[in-house]
Parts: sequence; structure tokens; C-alpha cells
Amino acid sequence: MPDRPLFLERASFRRRRLGDAARVLPVLAAALIVIPVWWVPEQASFAGGAVWLFGIWAALIAAIGVLHRALRRADAATLRASRDIAGDDDHAL
Amino acid sequence: MLDILMIEDEPNIAEAVRFILTREGWEVGLHADGLGGIEAIRGAKPRLVILDVMLPHRSGTEILAELRGDHDASLAATPVLMLTARGQATLPAPQADAVLAKPFANDELRAMVRRMLV
Amino acid sequence: MPFEALVAGCLLYVALMFGVAFAADRAASRGRAGWLDHPAVYTLSLSVYCSAWTFYGAVGYASRSGLEFATIYLGPTVVFTGAWWGLRRLVRVARRHHVTSIADLISARYGKSNRLAAFVTLIAVIAATPYVALQLQSVSLSFEVFATDSLADIPMAGGGGTALWVAGGLALFTILFGTRNLAADERHHGVVTAIALEAIVKLLAFLALGVFVVWGLADGPADMLSRIEAAATGHGGWLLKPDRWTALLVVSGAAVIALPRMFQVLVVEAADEDRLAVAGWAFPAYLFAMSLFVLPIAVMGQQLLPPDANPDLYVLTLPAASGQNWLAFLVFLGGFSAATSMVVVCTIALATMISNHWLVPLWLMLRRKPQSGDPEDLRGFVLNARRLAIGAVMAVGWVYYQATGGTAALAAMGLVAFTGMAQVLPAMIGGLVWRGANRHGAFAGVGVGFALWLAMIFLPSVGIGAPPSVPSGVDPLALAIFLSLALNTLAFIGLSIFGMPDPVERLQGLSFVSAVDPIRHSRMARGADQAEPLLVMARRVWGAEDALRFFQSEAAFQGRSGYLPDLTPRFLTRLERRLAGSVGAATAHAMIDSVAGGAELTVSDLMQVADEAQRAKEETQRLETARAELARTARQLREANDKLTALSVQKDAFLGQISHELRTPMTSVRAFSEILRTPDLSDADRDRFAKIIYDEAGRLTRLLDDLLDLSVLESGQAQLSVTPANLHDLIERALSAASATRPERVFRVDREPLAEYVGVITDPDRLLQVLINVISNARKYCDAEPPVLSIRVRRSLRGGVQIDIVDNGSGIEAARQSLIFEKFARLNDPARAGGAGLGLAICREIMANLGGDITYLPGQGGAAFRIALPRRPPVPANAGLRRA
Repeated sequence: MPDRPLFLERASFRRRRLGDAARVLPVLAAALIVIPVWWVPEQASFAGGAVWLFGIWAALIAAIGVLHRALRRADAATLRASRDIAGDDDHAL
Repeated sequence: MLDILMIEDEPNIAEAVRFILTREGWEVGLHADGLGGIEAIRGAKPRLVILDVMLPHRSGTEILAELRGDHDASLAATPVLMLTARGQATLPAPQADAVLAKPFANDELRAMVRRMLV
Repeated sequence: MPFEALVAGCLLYVALMFGVAFAADRAASRGRAGWLDHPAVYTLSLSVYCSAWTFYGAVGYASRSGLEFATIYLGPTVVFTGAWWGLRRLVRVARRHHVTSIADLISARYGKSNRLAAFVTLIAVIAATPYVALQLQSVSLSFEVFATDSLADIPMAGGGGTALWVAGGLALFTILFGTRNLAADERHHGVVTAIALEAIVKLLAFLALGVFVVWGLADGPADMLSRIEAAATGHGGWLLKPDRWTALLVVSGAAVIALPRMFQVLVVEAADEDRLAVAGWAFPAYLFAMSLFVLPIAVMGQQLLPPDANPDLYVLTLPAASGQNWLAFLVFLGGFSAATSMVVVCTIALATMISNHWLVPLWLMLRRKPQSGDPEDLRGFVLNARRLAIGAVMAVGWVYYQATGGTAALAAMGLVAFTGMAQVLPAMIGGLVWRGANRHGAFAGVGVGFALWLAMIFLPSVGIGAPPSVPSGVDPLALAIFLSLALNTLAFIGLSIFGMPDPVERLQGLSFVSAVDPIRHSRMARGADQAEPLLVMARRVWGAEDALRFFQSEAAFQGRSGYLPDLTPRFLTRLERRLAGSVGAATAHAMIDSVAGGAELTVSDLMQVADEAQRAKEETQRLETARAELARTARQLREANDKLTALSVQKDAFLGQISHELRTPMTSVRAFSEILRTPDLSDADRDRFAKIIYDEAGRLTRLLDDLLDLSVLESGQAQLSVTPANLHDLIERALSAASATRPERVFRVDREPLAEYVGVITDPDRLLQVLINVISNARKYCDAEPPVLSIRVRRSLRGGVQIDIVDNGSGIEAARQSLIFEKFARLNDPARAGGAGLGLAICREIMANLGGDITYLPGQGGAAFRIALPRRPPVPANAGLRRA
């Protein structure tokens, strides 16, 4: 019995941290796209800038994909865990 | 003045009763609905009321109760003969002077009305 | 390529789109929407973001301003990185409130204010119509470039003729697939599927061109990069301006949510918010793929094509000049797809807004009390209003295109539309995250933003007035964007802080911000008979079948049988939101108020609601379901108990009633047979009395027959002789048999003969008995002048048949509807003539024996009965025994 609540805490803890990451990601993305143009407009404007921009872009897409997968799994795990807990309550009754 | 006012919604029964009683020499009036029944009694002031229990809109029992409660004391005391098709077991309305179950023998009806009108 | 071949190819492609849309609509209407709901289809439909402006214009933009074009795609990418907590939340809240457009969302959030919705609609129309014109222009331009013949020589194509044909065809498509139905949720499977397919064509065309340019014309990626570097150094316009860069990022991020067409595909057409988990990365990937080759194409165009070539058309002229005709044709189809899909979705979104927030409220205001004469009136009006709006938007777009005559003014329209719709965003986001946001703030913010946008961006773009003078070194567009959005937000926050929202608004605010279900307050009596006017109203919007289904399922949820649920807050809330899905939140609210009696919401109600919401939030899902389950069971138990009690009372009453029904004719028979014995009767009297005896004996026989029939049916011992029969013949026979009832009444019978030719496997004599009974009843009781009887036959879902028999009389009052199928139900009925009131009881038993049922349909504008037959009658358990 004692490992079940522990599992729930782990799952919900992980779920929360992933949620934080999902909140930070847009800010990070905006910063990566905007700052170079303010900072070094000359370098950001031409071929080097294009490589940088499309590189960031591809990385962002990959990051969103990985994050969303993890979030869906974590959500499913949290749901399962809370169902298990609920199931135990039923037995106790 | 009317001798008898009958309140009955079944036209064939009404016709039979009227035929029987008219041949005995009484004058018989007819009202065919529970609605307006009490007004018909007030208007005609008959010596006897024959009242069916199962009437559309207002039951005979309700009309009887209203008649007995009328502020005209002589009207409230009008003798009432109730007709019921619910069988002997469920004879209603203690306020009625007499109750006759359907179907009845014609002689029974004649005798009962005669007794109540004398 | 000759013009005819081009047109033929185009027409083939268009025919394919019509076919796909039609097939998808069919599949969805048959409940096989499985693959239509796939996240991939949803993601692809989001690509209406890439209109012709981006398909053709991105390369032109890049050749003039270098990397700046990428902001248009990077903005949405940044927004989609927040898909998980931002967009999902938006979609969830919008779905919960059955929001039909961005104007509707704003109106629903700010106290269901239709004035606010009408205002947002105005902005959308002003911003989007020139944008539609731009799409028409791009199609027409691409025709001109591509056709080897000069268009001016072709009578139907010259002078804007192409654009006219395209506009007409698109209007037809949009009306066909965009206004088929007024569903309770505004989804258009056909349109979305066609657009998803167009998205694939768009992407493939652009990628193919890109691959050809990088590896066919240039020498691979490394060579491409050095060419870009070389082109850029010689071009001052390519240097990025940080202020402009940031402003465009902000505006395009806003546009991906707020543009009417984007809101339509992103929010309104979404089945649920889960698909954003896929779209969250897949849509940015789509944008990435669409932008990857923009710069290479622009550079190669500059280097290979003559300097006077229009950069906006490089994507077409580049492959054409290299002799790649098929590639050019593919690109042409891609551009055509981009333009058409944008126009279709944009028009649907605008038409929904125009009809829901302009035309319908106006119509409801002009005729306060819609007559119930035509039951389909509102539904028909809304659909026609949408069709009209689609036609109007398309026509105005075309006129606009003709008037501005393919100038560069149109090319700027993409950004103008983006910045215009961005003005709605502060009020929208504020409404989702801040409970303090209110209607005054929203009006002020959107109003200020709109005015600044009009003065600084829109009017200068169409050549009225000059752009404001700005200090040197500051980009005028960036300044206009920042200024309008900043003052917009400031006004929104300021007036929200100082204004006081009304209670409805506070309730909606709570529901939007905390994502809890709102609760509708009603001071109405909570009886089921009150539900009938609501059913009548819902039927006017959705049509009879959908309305009945919704009411039945709500009643079933409450554990009730039949079609009339109790007016619980839950039911009223759900009804209002479903209606909002068809006509918008403000109108739905007003309609329910007008029927259910305006419920004055007070602050104390609000406190109560807030308490309830808080408590509900704390309770776990499990407890809630358990409680609902318990309540349902309790309710069923209570109903069963009531029924049992009623049954024993009924049994006594039944015996009494049989006694009454038997004794009444017997009284006449006995009295008159005695009278007949009197000697001095006239012959006429004798005859008459004999006839009375004869008639009354017949009445006794009929009563005994009915009773016997009923007891046989009730015990399930009835012998059925099951054969196939044609329903049309049965109805025909029933009508002629029933015409003996009150023959002096001439009924107009409204039938659908084609639908009636349905074979049924049943006991035809028994079914005929039911039909005659119901039709005779209608003849007996329908009090309308002139009387009309309508008979509708429809196949039901599981292969059975439904027969609806509806008259136009005053119907049966709600309190008696549950009694009419009981034995002797008409006992105290003044109009009872002849029979004892066993007819409908027998009908019910017959239908039960045939495996179907007969029900009373409330709210159909008269007495209405539905006879439902199964595909075939059930086999009785003792059938084998009997045969043996």
C-alpha cells in the first residue's frame, strides 16, 4: 500500500514540472527569435541569420513534440494513479 | 312549477326515465351536463331532483353538496334521488334522500319517486 | 499552356474538392466521422493561415525585405509553443460555451452582449473583405501569367472575368457545404476535409518547387547559402529592423488566433482540445516547411528572371521560364488552393458572425413575437441569412478587387487584416485570464484600438489620408501597431477597473476564467409542463427531429421518460449553450429569457452560485458521478413507487369504471324493454325504443370486445399474423376507414407519398387498427379551421419505421399527456362520443405486441402521435410451443 501514494506524488510532481516547462517554452522561443535581431541586426539579417532562425525553428518544433508527448503520458499516469487510489477507497468502504 | 328536474348526461336513460315518469302525470325537466346543473335547479325550483352521479365537468355529488349548502333554505331542502352506475357497494352521498342503482326496475323508480313527491 | 487546358485542369480540381466535401459530409451525417476527426485533418485545416498572400506573397516579401517575411510564420510558432496551456484552454472554454465565432466568444464572456459582438463583427468585416479581394486578385493574376493566350482576348476571362467566375464558384461551394444545416454545433466536416486536402496540395507544390530551385537551378544548400549572402549584401532593404521585427511577430501571433478564419478552424471546428497536442508541433512544422524555400526561390528569381518581373509571381514564372510546365501547373494549383480555402473559410466565419450578430437580432427585434404558424421560420431565416451574407461578402470582395484594380494597395491588405483583428485580442485574452475584465473595458479597448487602426493603418492603406508622420529611425507600421495595441490594452484595463459588471457578466467571467460550468438561474416553476414552450422554440431553430432527440436525452438523464425534462438549472444551461451553438450566445440568452421568463439575476444569487461552484470544484469527479447516479436511481425508484401506488388505486378505479360502462347501456336496455310491454304505445315510439335497445346492445358488445382485446394484448397472448405490407396502402386504407368519423369535417391531408412506399414486416391488420384509431381521434378532436392532418414516414436508425401523425388543433394539455394512453382516460371528457376510452390503451398494447411503441410528441403545434415500428416484430417466447 505505501508505494501507491508515493507513485501518485511522483506522477503529479513530474506532471507539474512538465507543465512549468510548457509555460516557459513560449517565453524562451520569443527570446531566441527576438533578441538576436535587437542585439546584432547585421549578422541576423542574412544567410547566417537564416541558418540560425531555421535551426531554432526546427529545435522548437522538436521540443514541442517531445514535451506534448511527455505531458500526455504524465496526464494518463496521473489519471491512472488517482483511479487506483479511488479504487482502494471503494474497497475500504 | 316543475315537478321533477333530472340531471343526466346519457340521452337514452334520460328519455326512458322521462317517458316512465311523464306517463304517471308528472312534469319532468332535463339538464344534460354537470356544468350549470345547480343553476338549472335554482331556476326551475323543482319538487324533486333526480341526479346522476357520473356527469361531465362536475359530478352529481358536487352538485348535491352545493345544493345542500344553498342559502335559500327551502331550495336546500329539495329532496334528491341519486342514480348511480357504480353498483350497490359504492352507494355515495349520505346527503341524498334516496339512491337508486342502475339498472333499475321501472316499478322501483315509479314507487320511489311517488314516495318522495307525496 | 493554353487557357482552355488550364481552365479544364482547374475545373477537374474543383470537381474533386466538391466530391471530397460531399463524401465527408455524407460520412459525417451517417455517424462515420472517425477519420474526419483525426488530429491530422485538424492540423491540415489550420493551414488556411497560409492564404494566397503567403503562397505568392511570401517570395515577393522576401525578395524585397529578406528574412522579415519569416515573422508571419514565426509568430504563430511562438503561439503554438504555448498550445498546451494556452490554446487548449481557449478551445476548452469555447467548446463548453458552444462559441460560434470570435465575436460570439467576446460577447459570451462579457455578459452575452450582442452590441459587443456586432462591433467585433464590424471590425472583422472591414478587415477581411479587402483580404478576400486580395485572394481573388491572386487567382486572376496567376491565370494571366500562366495562360499563354492573352486573357484580354477571351471574352469570359478578360476585365476581371476570371475573378468573377472564381468568386461565383466559391460562393456556390460555401453555400452548399457551409449552410447545409443549422446544427447544434457549428462544424462543417465537408469544408474542413476539402481544406485539409488543399493544404496537402499547397505544401507538396511549394516543396516540389523548392527542391527544384535548390537542387535543380542552384547547386545544393551550400551554393544556395552563398547566393543568399551575395544577394543580401547588395540589398539594403534586407537589413532587419528590430522594432518592425518585433511588431510583426506580435501581430502575426495575434492573427493566428483572432483572424475570423483562423478562429473558425482552430476553435469552432475543433471537436475537443486534445487534438492540440498533435497540432501543437505539427502546425509549426507545416509553417516551417512552407517557409524553408521562400528565400532560395526569391534569390533565384532575382538572379534568373528579368528585373521587371513581379517578385510576387516568382513561384509561377520561375518554373515556367525553366520549361517546367507540369511543375508550374502544380504550383498554380497550390496557389489556387491557398486562395480558395482561405476565401471559403473566411466567408463562412464572416457569414456566421453577420447572421448571428447582425441579421438575427435585427429580425427578432423587428418581429417580437414570431407566430407559430410556420414552425421552421427561425431555422430557415438563419440559414438564408448566412447564404445572403456569404453572397454579400463574396460580392463586396469582388467589387473591391474591381475598384482597386490589382494595385499594390491590395498586397498590403494581408498585414492590414492582421493588425485589425489583433485589436480584439486584449479583450479576448483579458476575458480568459482576468475575472475583473468587464464589458465597459472591452468596449473601450476594442473601440480605441479600432479607431487607431482605422486612422493609422487601414485608411492610409486604401489611400485615404496620409500615414502619421513619425520620428526618423522609427518604423511607421511598428509604431502604429505598438501604439494601437498599447492604448487598447490601457483603455481595456482602465475601464475594467473602474466599471462594475452586471451579475450575468460576473457569472460568465467566473465560468471563463475558472473553467467551471456556469449555472443558469430561473425563477420559473420547475414542472415538466413548462418545458413544452422551450421545446417549441428549440424546434424552430434545430428542426423537430434534433430538438426532440435533445429533449429526450435530457429527460432520460433526469430519469424521466418522454420528451419533457424538468427545468433544472443544468437543463436550462445546456439548452442555452446548445442554442448558442446555432445562433450565438446573446441571441440564445434572449430567446430563453423570452420563453422562460427573464430571470433577474441578483448579487445574492451570484454569491450562492459562487459557493456552489467552489464546492463543486472541491468535490472529486467520482463523488459527483456517484451522486448523480444515486439521484437518478432514487428518482427511478420514486417513479416506480408512484406507479405502484397509482396501480392499486387504478385497479379499484378500473373495476368501478367497467361497472359504470356496463351498467349504463344495460339501464337503457332494461328500462325500454319494460316500457315495450306497456300496451298503448304508438308504433313510432315502439320502433324508436326497439332501435335504442338494439343500439345499446351493440355498444355493450363493442365494449366487451374491446375489453377482451385489451386483456389478450396485455397478457401477450395475442396471435399475430406477420406478413410484409406496404405502408402506403395501410395509410390509404386507414384514412378511408377513419373518414367515417365525423364525415362532415373535410380534412386536408398532408402526406409524402414517396416516403410512404416502405415495406414493413408486421401484423398489418393490427397496425391498421392503430392507424385508424389515431386518425379517427384526430378527426374527432382537431378543432382547427381548416383542419390539416399531416403524416410523415421516416426510416429510423435501426432499420425500423416511424410514422408521425400530427394535426393542427389545440393538442393535448401537458398535464393530460401522460394519461391519454390509460384505460378509460376519456371518462370525464365532455366530448366523449361512443367508445369508452379504450382506443389509445389498445393502441399502446398493440404496438407493444408488435415490438414498437406509440408516444405523444409534445410541442408539434397540435396533437401529435409517433408510431414506431421495429424492423420486424419480436418472436414471442412461447411461439414454438403454440406451433407444436
